[in-house]
Amino acid sequence: MLNPISLAFKNAKKEKRPALLTYTVAGDSSKKQSLEILKAISNYADILEVGVPHNTPVADGGQIQTSAYRAIKNGIRMNDIFKIVSDFKKSKNSKPVIFMGYYNMIFQYGENNFLKNCKKSGVNGLIVVDLPWPENKIFLKKCKKNSINFIQLLSPTTSGKRLKSITKDSHDMIYYISMLSTTGGKLKVSPKKILYNYNKIKKINPKKNCVIGFGITEKNISNFKNTDGLVVGSQICKEITRSLNNRQNPVINVSKVVSKLRKKIS
Amino acid sequence: MKLKKGIPVIDQGDKLGFWGGKFGGNFVPETLKKPIEDLEIQFNKLKNNKKFLKERDKYFKNWIGTPTRFIKLNNLTKQVGGAQIWSKVVSDANGGAHKIYNATVHCLLAKRSGKKVIIGDTGAGYAGKMLSMAAKKFGLKCKIFMGAKDIKRQQPNVKAMKKNDAEVIPVYSGSQTLVDAVSECMRYWVANCDTTAMCVGSTVGPAIFVRICGWSTSQISRELKVQLMNEFGDIPKKLKLYNCVGGGSSSFGFWNEFMDYDKKQVEFIGVEAGGPTKSKRHAAPLTYGSKIGILHGAAQYVNQNSDGQIEETESISAGLDYPGISPLHCFLKDTKRARYTAASDEEALKAYQIVTKYENLRPSLEPSHAFSVAIKEAKKLSKDTIIIINSCGDAYKDRGILEKKLGKKYVKSN
Ligand SMILES: Cc1ncc(COP(=O)(O)O)c(C=O)c1O
Repeated sequence: MLNPISLAFKNAKKEKRPALLTYTVAGDSSKKQSLEILKAISNYADILEVGVPHNTPVADGGQIQTSAYRAIKNGIRMNDIFKIVSDFKKSKNSKPVIFMGYYNMIFQYGENNFLKNCKKSGVNGLIVVDLPWPENKIFLKKCKKNSINFIQLLSPTTSGKRLKSITKDSHDMIYYISMLSTTGGKLKVSPKKILYNYNKIKKINPKKNCVIGFGITEKNISNFKNTDGLVVGSQICKEITRSLNNRQNPVINVSKVVSKLRKKIS
Repeated sequence: MKLKKGIPVIDQGDKLGFWGGKFGGNFVPETLKKPIEDLEIQFNKLKNNKKFLKERDKYFKNWIGTPTRFIKLNNLTKQVGGAQIWSKVVSDANGGAHKIYNATVHCLLAKRSGKKVIIGDTGAGYAGKMLSMAAKKFGLKCKIFMGAKDIKRQQPNVKAMKKNDAEVIPVYSGSQTLVDAVSECMRYWVANCDTTAMCVGSTVGPAIFVRICGWSTSQISRELKVQLMNEFGDIPKKLKLYNCVGGGSSSFGFWNEFMDYDKKQVEFIGVEAGGPTKSKRHAAPLTYGSKIGILHGAAQYVNQNSDGQIEETESISAGLDYPGISPLHCFLKDTKRARYTAASDEEALKAYQIVTKYENLRPSLEPSHAFSVAIKEAKKLSKDTIIIINSCGDAYKDRGILEKKLGKKYVKSN
């Protein structure tokens, strides 16, 4: 049986389009609202990245930081985040969930305990921004044992040799960071160049589902239709901030954004 | 966990950059793996390269001004009664603090690797000021990240940075202090590491930055060893080295050359910032038993909640106002080579008053923390004990705070 993440890619492929992955921060702007947002956008997204907010994020740009600080300020705790996922998983059109966060949160929870709770609440995969290869080798194995996808990151600075080793040590999905940037940066590299690097990775192992993230927005997403998957984060976080500032409902506005994104790649 | 003899502590980490198997490492985004590896290769080569060492020593001598003075504080010794109190006046160094050593080495490395821009973090503003000086000296463009709160409280150093043509970028996130400045600086590096070199202002950050910084500040103890031999003919039988500890760069540099001595002969005392007496907040993870966590790419004892969110600190001295601590010091603590304690804001201020009353020396608020503990302990020690405090910064930058807390008479006109 395919795991839910691979299945999501397969389903998107059947429709001849990339999978759409969204990123929202758990607890932004409240526990209840972030759950509602997940439920609403899973009508259009294929895989939901749930950001685990951390207060010293070394790889996140302004928009995601704003979301994360807002969530922390509103009191979100690790156990609440697991609860949000398990509640979401009970909803009728739930989708695979990937946690994206920083290693200290896992370290403090205890790796084994963390994975146990991931399994229990229905988390399907993990992206740990600051646990690169080869440092992640041991944790990677633990994830596999618990049928949790550990998603390796690749970047434009990753050497050819590293690309091969990391791809070899990855599970079903890998994540290519489009450019040298924190999240939310403007796409400063041409889609052509990004796709060139993407294809290089695909050649190493065509079976791995490779998604592209960082700098992807409504404006440029249609350039990447021939890929396995695309991640949009900052544009969504920005929309939440904008809605809150204008006293509008973020749930409605965000689902409009995600529906538009989906149309652009369908 | 064991400290090895005959091997520099900066080189005692394992393959992945962990000291004692658990402190340090490289918890960094994939994008930084390559620039970090490049820097490692460059540094490992150059630190044994005679030509490079000669170049470093030339700048240390002619530009930074080595050696800094080693002086006896006669009046203070008399006043306190007990051990002999000495000071290594590292604030003699060009720019007024030890941060110049690391800044100079980073600029030399950046220059050699063809980088045009260098970025750095700063709390007290010394790391930023020194980086701006060195960048100017070596023809590099310079950007300094500094918490908005620190910009307000350390104006003299901000002015100095601007005078050296550095761009000072205020950081408004979180507590608006050093921890946020380091995060923002690392984020900038993630986005610009192809053209830009990064200097971390203390012995913190990914392992290579810890090593480069510790290697650079070790100049302090190299000088001191010679000065001790000249003064006493030998390393004293009872020697105690007091140093304030923020990230840990001055203390590590002050101790490094004495590492292999028995601690009964040469004891290391690190003084962290205890914060205001009334406040629960502090910047003393080693003294108050903080748990191991990951901050700025390295595993270390760090103030955090049970989820792993980094906690805000509070200290009168911007330079010590950091929730974490160098992996090197975690290692020295757990191997019991060094002893750590804390001084409160009030104790540091009091020590500043005492020192300036009896001596022609004006330690900044950071070393005033070390003076506080040293003075207290000196009382109980024998006359043949030599205690040395690293006066690693000058109080000029603190004039605003000192005037507010103690009144105008404690602020001299220059
Ligand atoms: C004068 C002075 N002393 C001490 C420190 C603390 O840093 P470290 O522990 O790295 O020496 C600073 C940092 O800004 C400083 O400016």
